[in-house]
Parts: sequence; C-alpha cells; structure tokens
Amino acid sequence: MSVRVQPLQRGAWTRASAPSTIGMIGIGLGLVTLFLALPPVKVRTAPLPVAIGILAVAAGIWAFTRGEHRLGGGAVVSGVAGIGIALIVLQANAARLEGVFVWSALIAATLRYATPLTFAAIGGMFSERSGVVNIGLEGMMLMGAYFGAYGADVTGSWVGGLFIGLISGALLALVHAIFTITLRADQIVTGTAINFLALGVTGYLYNQHYGNNGTPENLPAVPDVNLKFLSHIPPQGLGNFLYNSIGQLNLMVWLSLLLLPVSYVALFKTPIGLRIRSVGEHPKAADTVGIPVYRTRYAAVTLSGALAALGGVFLSIGFVNSFTENMTAGRGFIALAALIFGGWRPFGAFAAALLFGFSSALAARLPDLSASDTAAWPLLFQTLPYVLTLIAVAGVIGRSIPPAAIGRPYVKQ
Amino acid sequence: MSGLSGEPPDMTGQTPEVSEPTPESKVPSVAARLALWQRSGGVITPILTALIAFLIGGLVVFATTGKNPLNTYKAIFKGTGLSWLSPVSIHWHLFYPAGIHWTGWDTTSPTALNLQQTLIVVTPLILTGLAVAFAFRCGLFNIGGNGQYTVGALVAVQFGVWFAGLPGPLHVIVAMVAATLAGAVWGGIAGVLKAATGAHEVITTIMLNWIALWVGSYLVGFNGPLQDPRAISAPVTRPIADSAHLHVFWGNPLLQGLHVGFFIAIAMLFVYWILLNRTTLGYEVRAVGFNAEAARYGGISVGRNFFLAMAISGAFAGLAGSIDILGWEFNLDLTVVQTVQVGFIGIAVALLGRNSAIGIFFSALLFGALLTGTSTRNLDPSVFQPELAGNLTRIIQGLVVLFVGADLLIIYLWQARKKLRLPQRKAAEQP
Repeated sequence: MSVRVQPLQRGAWTRASAPSTIGMIGIGLGLVTLFLALPPVKVRTAPLPVAIGILAVAAGIWAFTRGEHRLGGGAVVSGVAGIGIALIVLQANAARLEGVFVWSALIAATLRYATPLTFAAIGGMFSERSGVVNIGLEGMMLMGAYFGAYGADVTGSWVGGLFIGLISGALLALVHAIFTITLRADQIVTGTAINFLALGVTGYLYNQHYGNNGTPENLPAVPDVNLKFLSHIPPQGLGNFLYNSIGQLNLMVWLSLLLLPVSYVALFKTPIGLRIRSVGEHPKAADTVGIPVYRTRYAAVTLSGALAALGGVFLSIGFVNSFTENMTAGRGFIALAALIFGGWRPFGAFAAALLFGFSSALAARLPDLSASDTAAWPLLFQTLPYVLTLIAVAGVIGRSIPPAAIGRPYVKQ
Repeated sequence: MSGLSGEPPDMTGQTPEVSEPTPESKVPSVAARLALWQRSGGVITPILTALIAFLIGGLVVFATTGKNPLNTYKAIFKGTGLSWLSPVSIHWHLFYPAGIHWTGWDTTSPTALNLQQTLIVVTPLILTGLAVAFAFRCGLFNIGGNGQYTVGALVAVQFGVWFAGLPGPLHVIVAMVAATLAGAVWGGIAGVLKAATGAHEVITTIMLNWIALWVGSYLVGFNGPLQDPRAISAPVTRPIADSAHLHVFWGNPLLQGLHVGFFIAIAMLFVYWILLNRTTLGYEVRAVGFNAEAARYGGISVGRNFFLAMAISGAFAGLAGSIDILGWEFNLDLTVVQTVQVGFIGIAVALLGRNSAIGIFFSALLFGALLTGTSTRNLDPSVFQPELAGNLTRIIQGLVVLFVGADLLIIYLWQARKKLRLPQRKAAEQP
C-alpha cells in the first residue's frame, strides 16, 4: 500500500506571496519597464521606467533568495534589460524612436532572423534526442548556405538550390554520424572538426567558383508569400499591421513554422519518434527490445544535418540572396543554445529562437537611433544576440534536463 | 563528455554525499579518452593522422583543380623556408639525386626570411595550442582562443600606446602582463559560468569569441575610441611606442625579423609542463580532467579547477595576442580583429600534439609552416591560388581534428592489419 501525501491547502495570501508568484510578477514588471519606454506609450522621462525596473529586480532577488532560481533570475535579467533599453531609448529623439520601433517590421524581422535558428534547432533536437551531441550544426548550416546558393546558380531554380543544399548538409552530418556512432569518437571534438571542414570546404569552393566577384546578383531566390488579403481585414490599422508583419514573409519562414507541429508529432506521437527518444534515453534497453540503435542514430543525425542545412539555404537564397565566407556567424551555436534553452522540445526551441531572433532584429535596427551616421557605438549592438545566448545557457533563466544518454557512444554487445 | 548542460559542479568544494551514479558520470571525459589514446599509440598516430589529412587534402586539390597535389605541396613547402635548416640542397631527378649543393646557413637569403616568417607565425600558435591543451587536461574544451587572443591584443596595443616614457623592457613586461591578465579574465568568464551554472564551455567560449570580435571592432573601427585620430581613413589603432617593441634577434627589424617572443613561447612550453606535472595545481587539474566525480570525492574543488584551468588557458591565448602586437604588428587593424583564426588552429595544434609540450611545439611548427606557405606573399599564384590554399589549410586542419578524435579508427586499422597477417601466419604454421 502506498501512502499518498495530500497537497497542503494554502490560503490566497500564501499563494500570492509565494516566491514563484513574486518571481513571475518581477518578470512582468521588467517587461512593463521595456514597454513604457517604447512606442506607442513612450514615457519620455527616466524615473518611472527605472523605478519599475528596480522593483522588478528587487522582486527577482527576493524570489531568488527563497529558492526560486529560475523565475527570480529571469526577473532580475528582465528588470536590468528593461532599465538598460529604456535608458538607451531615452537618449534618442522621439521621431527616430518611431522609425526604429515599427512593431510590424520588428515582428517580420524577428521571424526572419529566427527562421535559420529554428531549422537548425529542430535539426539539433533530432540528433540530440537520439543521444548524439551536434556541435557541428554551424558547419552543416554553412554547407547548406553555400550549396543552396551554388545549386540555385547551377540549376537555375531555387528548388534545385534547396535540394542540393539539403543533401550537402545531410552528407556532412553523415560524416559526423560515422565518426561519432561507428567510430565512437568524441562527439564534441568531431563536431568541431565538422565546423572547420565546412568552413574550409565552402571557402575553398566559393573562391574557386566565384572568386572575388561573389555569387551572381541574379541568384534565384526562394519566393516571398504575399498575403494581400490580410490588409483588407476590417479595422484598417489592424489589417495593415498584420500585412506588414506576416503578409510578406519568405516561403521558408512559413516552412519553418510548419516544421514545428510536424516535428512535434513525429517525435512525440509516432513510433519512430519513440524509437529516437528511447535510443537517446537508454540505448541498451532500446537495443534489448529490438530497436536498431545505430541505424536510428544514423537516421536522426543525418536528418539533423538536412534540417540545419535548410536554415543555411534560407540564409543564402532566402534572406540575403548571396553567399559570403563564414556567413552563418555562430548561428549554429545560437541554435544549439536555443535548443537547450527550449528543453529539447520543438515549441520551446522555437520560443527561444524567437527571443534570439528578436535580439538580432533589434541589433539590426537600434543603430538607427543614433543621430550621426559615423558614430561607432551602434556596433556594440551586434553583441546583443551573443550576450543573450550567454545569459541563456548560463542557466540564469532555467536549466533543462538533457536526454539521459546524450554524448555517450553506444557499444553493441 | 556529459550533455550540454550537465550537472553543475560543486563550487564549495565540500565532499558531497555519494549519490547514485548518474548515467553521465559513467561517461569518460574527453581527457580520460585522450589519456587512453595517448597510451595506446606512440608518435606514429599523430604522424599518420597528419599524413591522412594531407593525403585527402591532396585529393581535394586534384579533384577540384586537376593540378598535381605534390607540386602544390612542394610550392607550399618552398614558401615556409624550412629548407633553410638543412645546409645542403638536393636536386632530385625523379628517383635519384641529380646534384647536391652546399648552401650553408646564409642568414640573408630569401629562404631565411621565409623561415623567420614561419617562426613568427609559429609563436602565437604554440601559445594558443597551450591554451587549448591546458583546458583539455582539465576535461574542458576551450574553443575561445580567438576571443582570448583578441582581448589580449587589444589590451597590449593600448598599453603599448600608453606609458610611452617607460624604459624598454619594463614597458614590454607591463603590456604583456596586462594582456595576459585580460586573456585570463576572458577565459575565466567561461570557467566561472561552467563552475557556477554548468553552462557548457563550448557554447560560452564561442559566444565570448563573437562578443570580443564586435567589441574589438567597435574599439578599433571607424570613430572607435582606440582608432588612430591621425589615420581617419583607416580603421587602425595608434602604433605602440618604440619602447614596447620586442627585440628582433634574427633578421632585419624593418622587415619583420624574428623577435624574442619566439623564446617566450618556448619558455611557456616549459611553464606548461612544470605547471601540469610538478605542481599541486596541475595535479588537481589533471585529476578533474580524468574523472571529475572521483576528484570531487577526493576533496578537490572541481569548480575552482574549472575556473583556474580556463583562466590559465585564457592567459596563454592573451599572451599570444600581446606577442603578435609587440613583436611585429605594432598596431591593431580592424581586419585582424575580424579574421583572427589562431585560436581555432590552436585546437588542431593541441590535438595533434596530444596536449604534450613537445608535441605542441612540432604541430605548431607544422601549422605555422602551412599558414606561411599558403600566404599570398609566399605562394606562387601560378602554381596554386593562395586563396584556395588558405582554405586548403582549413580543410587539413578540420581533417586533423576529425581523425585525431577517432582513436577507434586507428584501432580498426590496426586490427585490419592483424587480420591480413593472420592467414599468412597460419599458412606458415601448416606443415
């Protein structure tokens, strides 16, 4: 007979003053700080936002010291970030502010920046859920970016580019699989090697094919999806807002959004997904019941390379429409951080990707706040996504539990 | 290697109660695997690894350009100046030597200049190799050498500009110490994060690389606080004072002769060996590297060692940055900040050198030679395009890291060799 412990009945006040509630309120206050300083509210004096931000930090510290590290830390970060951004924003004049914080454009840019991260993070999810750490996401993205552009150039259509890019990423991932699964090499070292290889191979081929001229101007691009009907939705303001934010997105942005439910169902609601997860949690048990551990891992890793490559394809022929050496610029690692931050789940990873995407979008637009075109300090905004990633993986906002067998090569008995 | 966000190590250093072994604790750490590998092969394996990498690189050259890879490698080797070390030059007529000439050691020949260039490049590679190796011995994978190098270079250049009144050696030492400390801080951040929160050092160091790159670009770039006000059209810092220049002991100081920084790097190889093998700190670092859980149980503070290992690693890389500035660059250029790659090459250097001092020296020599030999200045473009060759170096570097990690591949090959031999032996045993 088992003894059930009844949850304690708690009063309304106890619940309201629980550290978790205070922590959540703190996060909310931090967001309010941010919101107050930005359009359309635009408080133009420092004291109010700063006071609310300090409240948020205080609530965070209070919750943190009482065991709520996750929410408390989150509240401190959101409060500090809120105050910081509010103070920056106050330096700029109101007209520029309106120009920078066009919310519909920011939403569109956020989605655009989040897309490569989403593809790579979902790819990484399959690999890591099967128990193979994939540090090589960056390299696989870069392969996809180069071969996407090259394929589009050679075949003359973006569809060709997409498939060639996808296959190149899958092949590179296959190398990762051979070395980590069959040869049981260290997964981190191999992943690093994959990144170097991709950097060398794409740089080599790029220089050989395109040299100093760069990729051709008329590279076939993945088309945008124009949802004109959105602008006709009744209140004119709302219609325009919707049209400007999601009405002109690239096809691959929608593809990445579609990938989320598909990958969720595949991983959590199908026998194949169960196999992938069981191989990553307890390969020996999976082997015992007849699941081919090696084959499952091979498939998962190869799929991860293909998906990461799609992120790269979007970068080269969906976003900037050219290829430059090392154009992924650490996005593979940010995607990895998004994956960890999102708890190895598709929607969690997407939420994290949105956060990083928003920071990239801000980094791209905030320099316009500066009154002079020659000022150097807007360059510092470029560090924003990386700093945010650093904060996220440092687990200030929460630590997630990785698949149990991650990083461990499996030895068949 | 545990997962990307493994259990946070204990910062307090108190012995925790023995908990049930988690699946992760059974995972051999990188360092433990490396130790096994180190015992299982001799000098042969790194040489084999390098040969395989060069072989595949040669195939790439042949497949993409149709050129004879041997000629390409020969041209690269010619640019390294390593042939200067041999006092005779041999002309081969296909299979037999057609003529042997006594060249001696002419210190003003073009070959000598090339060798000086190679050794100038080898110097920071030794140090970034040490930066990777030291962290490796603690079970950490420091891929933040680029950022730590950049921070060191930034601090060195600023300290070289300031204190212009100081006497020569003192000025050099001040700038070097400051840069080393800056590198230590930059590396230490990743160590602290690892120790306090368990954040994986691979991600944090990569992020710190990008942060260093953009902060450096801001400082050095157009209208940045460190940009030379007299050179408005160029994103470059002010040149350091003459008193901060390192002494050039071989070659012409005006033509980038070899500076004493080379000996500093050599000395650091000894420091590394002594630190690791003859001090308590090194003992603890290695203990944590072999088995963090066992080290913790033995009373060693794992978190403290994570921090120290990363800080010391960062110090090596920061020193590398300062030596390049004080030795031959004398100012810091925006393009240098944005294209630093010595930290990454340091990974290949450390892995190929099996994290031993002597091994790091030789593999730094190999990669330094590759870099010089493939530079636009030294490689004859009619033989092979330097831009391609530079990327060929990256490919070779990636292949080295790939094969060095695959200890099992060597074992498989070894077994395959045995299998090939076995039937013969059986046949011999038959009467």
